[in-house]
Amino acid sequence: MDAPGKKKLKVATTSLAGCFGCHMSFLDIDERLFTLLDYIEFDRSPLTDIKEVSPDCDLGIIEGGLCNAENVHVLREFRKNCKVLVAIGACAVNGGLPAQRNHLPLSTILEEVYHTSPGLANGLIPNDPELPLPLNKVHPIHEVVKIDYFLPGCPPSGDAIWKFLTDLLAGREPELGHGLMHYD
Amino acid sequence: MTQTFTLDGKAIPFADGQTIIQAALAAGVFIPHLCYHPEFKPHGSCKLCTVKVNGRQTASCTMRAAAGMQVESNTEEINAERRALTQMLFVEGNHFCPSCEKSGDCQLQATAYHLGMMSPHFDHFFPNRPVDASHPELLLDFNRCILCSLCVRASRDVDGKNVFALSGRGIKTHLIVNAKSGRLADTDIALGDKAVQVCPVGVILRKRTGFAVPIGERTYDKAPIAETVAQEGT
Ligand code: SF4
Ligand code: SF4
Ligand code: FES
Repeated sequence: MDAPGKKKLKVATTSLAGCFGCHMSFLDIDERLFTLLDYIEFDRSPLTDIKEVSPDCDLGIIEGGLCNAENVHVLREFRKNCKVLVAIGACAVNGGLPAQRNHLPLSTILEEVYHTSPGLANGLIPNDPELPLPLNKVHPIHEVVKIDYFLPGCPPSGDAIWKFLTDLLAGREPELGHGLMHYD
Repeated sequence: MTQTFTLDGKAIPFADGQTIIQAALAAGVFIPHLCYHPEFKPHGSCKLCTVKVNGRQTASCTMRAAAGMQVESNTEEINAERRALTQMLFVEGNHFCPSCEKSGDCQLQATAYHLGMMSPHFDHFFPNRPVDASHPELLLDFNRCILCSLCVRASRDVDGKNVFALSGRGIKTHLIVNAKSGRLADTDIALGDKAVQVCPVGVILRKRTGFAVPIGERTYDKAPIAETVAQEGT
């Protein structure tokens, strides 16, 4: 990377239908985070607890696919406010584990989880208006907004994330190569 | 004097009757492929092995080598088309590598890495393809079938059993099991059969052995597919 310029890049991150594993893996870049902070500042992110994306974000990093209406809303907010959007991890890239429900009707899943599963209190299907409505199918994020870069992996390793970000910050086309490129 | 053709500027020797891919692999030059297997008659269906011969596209697993041919393979243009084909294979099935026993040993995945496939690009079909777990020793997970027909050819030509067949046409093509019930348990397939060994992806799986070799220590974790295949000359 070049020497730090005057203005730090604004980076926002979020986890949609993901498990936060990609964010944990991001923290696995360990002390390199300090180097990174010479170049970037965090905007909305689970790491800052800022709730809204600033309109002048340079980079948005999205973990997780879309399993409910709120995920779609947040994704659109990121697309509106970030110059460059990155899909990080298997779930953002192809729906991942949550998308393995896609061959089952949503009603069947809700029935089974809340009514017929053994060992569960015979409860109601949650219907609080505060809860975002689930989508019929889980979708990868590129099916809804334009995504500029993809970083596959479940999760991508800290080294893969580091390579990817340093390439991007240096203005290079990110390239992972053997050992860092993984779908699993 | 040995006859040669030119592949990406390199002279490749060949014997009469050899296809382009056979000669290339024998010379240690990798051409991506999924439905080609050195032990079987070519099927020519996946088109991953497409090259340009004297400027025209053709499948290198079905095209015989001829002296003086000018063949292009490892070019930006052809690799982009191979990548698009690979992306289509991913979205037509259900490929969730993190939960697939074949991950790291899978030719589709390794080929996608080789081609730098960072995303599936297209919209996913998310088809409904129930698995067949009827057999006590083997699992069939149709979600990952790429219709390469290797199991069909192996069962028919080597095992002499005809356990598998491709049925339907176009996008409806799918793998079937030749039993009245349609279940693998009702065939005479056996663990030692060639058809059990040959699937390039994670469809035909031996039960209870899936993670005997841990993720991270598998075939294509050690070396990328281009090196692995070129070394073996397959
Ligand atoms: S068959 Fe290969 S590409 Fe498909 S899910 Fe399994 S490892 Fe991934
Ligand atoms: S089961 Fe495997 S070997 Fe058979 S057609 Fe499908 S992908 Fe090919
Ligand atoms: S390997 Fe030639 S068409 Fe599949």
